[in-house]
Amino acid sequence: MRAFYGTELPNPLMLGTAQYPSPAILEQAFRASGAGVATVSLRRESGAGQTFWSMIRDLGVLILPNTAGCHTVKEAVTTAHMAREVFGTPWIKLELIGHTDSLQPDVFGLVEAARILTEDGFQVFPYTTDDLIVGERLLAVGCEVLMPWGAPIGSGRGLNNEYALRAMRAEFPDTPLVVDAGIGLPSHAARAMELGYDAVLLNTAVARAGDPADMARAMALAIQAGQLAHRADPIEARDMASASTPVIGKAFLS
Amino acid sequence: MKIVLNGEPREVEAETLAALLVECGLSGRVATAVNESFVPTSLRGGHRLNDGDRVEVLAPMQGG
Repeated sequence: MRAFYGTELPNPLMLGTAQYPSPAILEQAFRASGAGVATVSLRRESGAGQTFWSMIRDLGVLILPNTAGCHTVKEAVTTAHMAREVFGTPWIKLELIGHTDSLQPDVFGLVEAARILTEDGFQVFPYTTDDLIVGERLLAVGCEVLMPWGAPIGSGRGLNNEYALRAMRAEFPDTPLVVDAGIGLPSHAARAMELGYDAVLLNTAVARAGDPADMARAMALAIQAGQLAHRADPIEARDMASASTPVIGKAFLS
Repeated sequence: MKIVLNGEPREVEAETLAALLVECGLSGRVATAVNESFVPTSLRGGHRLNDGDRVEVLAPMQGG
């Protein structure tokens, strides 16, 4: 199993903490799924932050702070420093948004911010596209994990470009890869794992489901199934039938 | 002295960032930035505020 900056995930589901109907339901979703990582953010203190933090800490999962909503390198780097102090972890999910509607990452700024943060001792989890060259550049500046999008954040479209994600897996065989964003259904998450991805990061598909705890559990099971299937070395698809029941020994009855 | 705290204009007595947090009742796990630059906890006591400073005080929040 590929380790994330030396840490093996207890469970390959990384679950977001936003948009749940209530804190109690958020907690149920984590307990039901056994998610190994919780993503969190930083916002202006309004009084609710401390209660939220104590609840998340009690979940006993690994914490992955993000730089969500940042549009410039400076903003993302400053946010990362603030997150490191508040959450006490060098892990940072580096999000640098380039496009307002698609929330597509600004990959040029992303590489630059990743370089600065790596030099500052951060362990960067870059939210990136499925572009191979961007992936190479991110690794070249010190990233040891890549998190390509499946589809735009919150869209629930699944794996928009499975070909590109497969190419990425083949290109970076030793790098932990996470499909981050766009997952809508457990089948999408299972597919990512069947492709050989190491983890799946999702939020909206669970938080906005009618029953978040059940959906979280469904995602966790699908991820586990996909991971097992990948390790079990699936057969190749073929165009024509191939009889599975032996022909030898068949009675002559016609 | 007039400053802007989390986007809101404020008239405050505090002369340092550490004193500002006490004056405004901002305790617990927070991170601070002044004029868009991060100020670590260890430097808050020595960080003198100036008229017009923009102070950000951030706390843990839900995220994806």
